[in-house]
Amino acid sequence: MEFLSNIDFDQLLKALNETLYMSLVSLFFATIIGLLVGILLYVTQTGGLYENKIVNRVVDVIVNILRAVPFIILMILVMPFTKMLVGTILGASAALPSLIIAAVPFYARLCVIAFIEVDRGTIEASKSMGASNWQIIYKVLLPESLPALVSGICVTGISLISYTAMAGAIGSGGLGNLAYLYGWVRRNNAILYVSTLIILIIVLVIQGLGDYIVSKIDKR
Amino acid sequence: MIELKNIVKTFNTKNLNIHAVNDVSVTIEDGEIFGIVGYSGAGKSTLVRIINQLEKQTSGTLIINGEDISKLSNNQLRKKRQKIGMIFQHFNLLWSRTVFRNIELPLEIAGVDKETREKRVVELIKLVGLDGREDSYPSELSGGQKQRVGIARALANDPNILLCDEATSALDPETTESILDLLSKINDELGITIVLITHQMEVVQRICQRVAIMSDGYIVELGSVKDVFARPKHEVTKRFVQNIDSGKNIDRLQKDLKALYPNGEIMRLTFMGGNSDKPIIAGAIKKTGLLVSILDSNINHTKLGVMGFTYLHIPNGDESKTNEFISYLVENDVKVEVV
Repeated sequence: MEFLSNIDFDQLLKALNETLYMSLVSLFFATIIGLLVGILLYVTQTGGLYENKIVNRVVDVIVNILRAVPFIILMILVMPFTKMLVGTILGASAALPSLIIAAVPFYARLCVIAFIEVDRGTIEASKSMGASNWQIIYKVLLPESLPALVSGICVTGISLISYTAMAGAIGSGGLGNLAYLYGWVRRNNAILYVSTLIILIIVLVIQGLGDYIVSKIDKR
Repeated sequence: MIELKNIVKTFNTKNLNIHAVNDVSVTIEDGEIFGIVGYSGAGKSTLVRIINQLEKQTSGTLIINGEDISKLSNNQLRKKRQKIGMIFQHFNLLWSRTVFRNIELPLEIAGVDKETREKRVVELIKLVGLDGREDSYPSELSGGQKQRVGIARALANDPNILLCDEATSALDPETTESILDLLSKINDELGITIVLITHQMEVVQRICQRVAIMSDGYIVELGSVKDVFARPKHEVTKRFVQNIDSGKNIDRLQKDLKALYPNGEIMRLTFMGGNSDKPIIAGAIKKTGLLVSILDSNINHTKLGVMGFTYLHIPNGDESKTNEFISYLVENDVKVEVV
């Protein structure tokens, strides 16, 4: 108990709030934008519904570059853009642009993998029924890849949590920031361990929830 | 009526051009069951996909019910496809949808309202004999049941053509029979033209009226199943026909029989359908009083009646009686060859 007395619970709660806010908001946008980019990559690939080599190549290169830049550097590179968009480079909201920019290509890639797994026969069958490309996407491609898309959201969400911890290092707030600034720099072990433990729990909950949903929707 | 005129399909790959379909011209009549047979790589899958334009021909014309399909816009083509059902070797059902919802899919695509859709699906489920399985997922069904879903799905928009792409190749013999019976029933009751591709000659023999044999992208033989089976001309056809003679090599069988029965005559009787219920051999025996023995036989009961062959041995003796025996058989539409 004496150990826990070193913790300011209001501060901890605030940090937890910031972490959840940053991860969930960025996950929400990353999922939507990433899904769209993933669909774009899938349909423009060779043999795709809207085969287009140039678009595919350009998007592919952008995705690869963004995936290759380490997050901590990406954050710094995005700062001017963040300042323009949010008005500040400090605080949880200021972390959102860089989190989303990092997570979109990540999730887009997972989406492409999910789409490729869809049996081409079912797509051919829907073509033979006279389906339009748009109908094929929302009636066949998306439902048939749903379990992989959902588990992709989990994986992305978990990555985002570790990104928010990193964002904490440059002043976004959140549990990462708390653990670093108060736990490490000020040598407050209680804060270090408890905030780490909370991050761990969040990750486990996301993973467990994801696995549960996937097992419920996967009828294969 | 489906008219294919000088259809050519060439796939261009980096190093070579593959001619999947070579100058194929064939007319498929309304309401018939038309078989296309060939080994894998013969171009039959490509040909059947040209009929619903999943593959576009490199050259040639496709006319369905008087309409030149290559002149249709994408939208018109999609409408047209709704009237051409297709079933597949691997069924291609959506695992994410129940039986009911799988059959509903083509109706959704065609923009049919919900109430009509549901009524139609119930009818279709009854038609293909899947009552009670509406809420199952494909993973809970057997191969035969999956193909029934595939058939129901293909029939949802009341097509006038049904394309079957190796529809029974992934099924065991018994299930194959039941699926073929279902296709036959659909053809009879709904008058749908069926184009069926397969490498199983038994399938063609069982339900098709006409057959085209494909090899290397060409149609090498075309005619009524009866004629093609009775008098196969092309090498590939002969191989296929031989295969259904219970997998025996005819030449070897005949040689073996000759060695076993050096005296008397050995005859090969080929039944080509028709008078299936007449006891023809018994009739010939009764008429001539010749005591013959049956050496080997393979008889298939098909849509066109009895088809297959029987080898008979007639002991040495009366030549006129033997001739009388043969002419009785010939009168009854049995092809007789003295081995």
